[in-house]
Amino acid sequence: MAQAKPKPRPMSPHLQIFKPWPSMVMSILHRITGSVAYFGFALLVWWLAAAASGPEQMVDVNALFRTILGQIVLIGLTWVYVHHAVGGVRHMIWDSGRGFTTPSIDLLARLSPVVSVAATAAIWAAIYKSAGVF
Amino acid sequence: MSIRTPLAKARGLGSAKGGTDHFWAMRVSSMASLLLTFFFFYAVFRLIGADYAGVKAFFASPVHATLSALFVAVNAHHMMIGMQVIIEDYVHKDPARQLLLMGNQFFSILVGAIGVLAIIKLSLGA
Repeated sequence: MAQAKPKPRPMSPHLQIFKPWPSMVMSILHRITGSVAYFGFALLVWWLAAAASGPEQMVDVNALFRTILGQIVLIGLTWVYVHHAVGGVRHMIWDSGRGFTTPSIDLLARLSPVVSVAATAAIWAAIYKSAGVF
Repeated sequence: MSIRTPLAKARGLGSAKGGTDHFWAMRVSSMASLLLTFFFFYAVFRLIGADYAGVKAFFASPVHATLSALFVAVNAHHMMIGMQVIIEDYVHKDPARQLLLMGNQFFSILVGAIGVLAIIKLSLGA
């Protein structure tokens, strides 16, 4: 008797099949920002190590961070860190048992990027103001 | 035929082993990190434009040094257990999985150790 062809098994829905949804996009972003912050954190420790090494080393790293590329990286990492923190607060709200209705999940997810971008802009406006750039 | 119950057979199998500890450690470290982040931005603003003497003076304060060291240590721990989940989710084959999990611990603890030592040196060093 001929062997029956194996029927393709039904596939579970996954990232490429689901329609993007605010809470889903924020969940993915939470993981991505966490991963980027993982390596970005080494930059902060690099500055600490440079400062602990001596005045020349600190001035050198400061100069690198002051370049255009350095500023873009630092502003980008600020947003990454703040966005991950905002995502964390969202999880804390859920952990407290609140915010589980569909509209509130949606609202929290849509608010997250607004809050993280606004906070990053405010932080860097304050940094440049404090540094006398404007 | 065995008289063992299905529960006894299932125990210790599957992916869930120390999940609750990990879950709780994630919550505690994220709360600690969030609180210390407010201190971090305070430190950033205090250190803007500071020269070497200014940086040393900032870290000479025991409160600043302690909170800075905690900020580094807590985030090193948080990023270690966070990356652990990502590796466990996406890398299933040993030894790649084991090596990445090990490398994650080495990297995170190294970053934390360098940061904390640097703060101690800035705070107490000549």
